[in-house]
Amino acid sequence: MAQPSPQQVFAPWEDPSETPLIEFRGVTKRFGDFTAIDDISLSIFRREFFALLGPSGCGKTTLMRMLAGFETPSEGDILLDRQDIAPVPPNKRAVNMMFQSYALFPHLSVWENIAFGLKRDRLPKDEIAARVTEMLRLTRLEKFARRKPHQISGGQRQRVALARSLAKAPKLLLLDEPLGALDKKLRQDTQFELMDIQEKTGTTFVIVTHDQEEAMTVASRVAVMDEGRLVQVATPDVIYETPASVYVADFIGDVNLLEGRATPVPEAGEGRVDLAWAEGQPPIRATTDRAFDKGQQAWFAIRPEKVTITPGRPDEAANAVKGRILDIAYLGNISTYHVELPTGHVVKAQTANTRRIARRAFTWEDEVWLSWTATAGVLLEG
Amino acid sequence: MRRFSWFNATSLTLGFAFLYLPMVILIVYSFNASELVTVWAGFSTRWYGELLRDEAFLDAAWVTLQVAVASSTIATVLGTMAAHVMVRAGRFWGRTLFSGMIYAPLVMPEVITGLSLLLLFINIGLDRGILTIILAHTTFSMCYVSVVVSARLVSFDRALEEAALDLGCSPFEAFRLVTLPIILPAVISGWLLAFTLSLDDLVIASFTAGPSATTLPIKIFSSIRLGVSPEINALSTILIAVVAVGVITASLVSKRSAIRQAEEERAAVRAEG
Ligand SMILES: Nc1ncnc2c1ncn2[C@@H]1O[C@H](COP(=O)(O)OP(=O)(O)OP(=O)(O)O)[C@@H](O)[C@H]1O
Ligand SMILES: [Mg+2]
Repeated sequence: MAQPSPQQVFAPWEDPSETPLIEFRGVTKRFGDFTAIDDISLSIFRREFFALLGPSGCGKTTLMRMLAGFETPSEGDILLDRQDIAPVPPNKRAVNMMFQSYALFPHLSVWENIAFGLKRDRLPKDEIAARVTEMLRLTRLEKFARRKPHQISGGQRQRVALARSLAKAPKLLLLDEPLGALDKKLRQDTQFELMDIQEKTGTTFVIVTHDQEEAMTVASRVAVMDEGRLVQVATPDVIYETPASVYVADFIGDVNLLEGRATPVPEAGEGRVDLAWAEGQPPIRATTDRAFDKGQQAWFAIRPEKVTITPGRPDEAANAVKGRILDIAYLGNISTYHVELPTGHVVKAQTANTRRIARRAFTWEDEVWLSWTATAGVLLEG
Repeated sequence: MRRFSWFNATSLTLGFAFLYLPMVILIVYSFNASELVTVWAGFSTRWYGELLRDEAFLDAAWVTLQVAVASSTIATVLGTMAAHVMVRAGRFWGRTLFSGMIYAPLVMPEVITGLSLLLLFINIGLDRGILTIILAHTTFSMCYVSVVVSARLVSFDRALEEAALDLGCSPFEAFRLVTLPIILPAVISGWLLAFTLSLDDLVIASFTAGPSATTLPIKIFSSIRLGVSPEINALSTILIAVVAVGVITASLVSKRSAIRQAEEERAAVRAEG
């Protein structure tokens, strides 16, 4: 076995003796007769960088507001350090939140906004000043310290909100879309800063993001939510490689989905299932650790980068289909080919552009072969 | 549309004359040198001087000022608290009734308010004097403050208070450090409104004032019955000036800062694309 890297060692969720920092136990939140959070049970561990992902309105902010103390669960308990936090008011919780709306104090300067929480702790003046300066430097706001929130740009405001929530270095930090308004470069820099802070201070982060790339970059684990429920909670690579459902596969990253009927073929190998997906086409050969009945409806999900595109039929591919290039999306480092199969399905294949564009092998209307191995995709229940 | 028309000009002149001619006459005659109110005998500030030497008027003025400052301050505190509760508490049992009850005194005939307060003071055996006027004025001006302040609080972003709590403020600190500074202009204009209301109230004050304390409006009203004196004109002119300054300041404070703050607040919240 290879030497485990530090990332691999950090997996407290697999250690039954580890006590979680936060524990949701059957938490449900209703607003009137609308259920925003539906029976969620979840453990988040110390030093985790936990990302919440899901479509708008699925309950991410509501989940955070319950942790911060602004909403109380309609049912179930939330434990922080094994203590039920229901009776603890927001100002007594060792939790800070960065609001999705920023909620900067309009009558205070950037400096005073960041110092606000520190002053509440009655810290000595020079300590506050030092901490604020550090936060300003971290978020690159030194030049704007004296300005009011209405005198700075949207991205700068977002950084003030971030700095204000980071300043107190709480046990648990809730960031509701902390980096959405930043440009790509600054966003990446800030992501690394956040990971750095986490490394240094051991703070536990719960972060909401709409950017799945961001979730993949920073998170120790990702929770995918849908309509108030948790659909899958796992490490980014598991979510990406073996999504638990069609919903997750479709939500995270680009994916090709082919629907069909499953036929287990145990004689061909362990976990081997064939998927009949179109008339007159050979079945897709896949491996899965799920049990499928014969004739059960199933979806085959495969990432575009796992699909190989070649001019002729490859000799030793488990799966190969012929098609015609419909469209090419050139993305700089990679190209995505949209290939139409004779059955009418469009399958995306991605290749890295290691050559110059002028010497690209394929062009529109070319006849090509798509191929993938038996383990390249996952088979999901319908 | 912008063309000058004799009709518009006439109606404008008549309207304003109707509103302000009586006051203009009063102000002009306060500078009359003659003893007779209706006969112009040249310009003089004589009656202002007389006023300054009139002990009874000075006493009444002092009482009025004390009452106005005390009652408007108490009313501002109570009215702001009531507004905060009404806007923040969300739905609770009897909310509609409670908020209706806060605003009812606005339309209650003053005679009834005055009479009921008088009966109350007699029943609890409180001697009528400056204290009873203060209490009475607080009672009715509190409603006005609460209306002004809750109008401001409705547009106040709740998340700001939550952010303050999140950063470790107690609910009272959150109010003092975040909510109050932001709604302060509305609170100030509420105070000025209460102050001017108290300054010129006659009806409620006459029910609740006792022999030991008389306010200026009562004094003016009772001395009118002995005939209008130029001194009264002078006094009224001063009152008009004070009230005008109060009302204009109140509206300037609230309007200007409302615009500026709305901008600031909008900016402090994420600009959604
Ligand atoms: N105070 C409330 N009263 C009624 N419904 C609410 C309230 N707060 C949230 N909701 C509803 O609960 C659901 C979840 O809201 P929430 O703010 O948690 O969504 P979200 O996942 O954060 O979405 P977004 O990504 O757009 O921020 C939404 O359908 C919303 O309309
Ligand atoms: Mg949200």
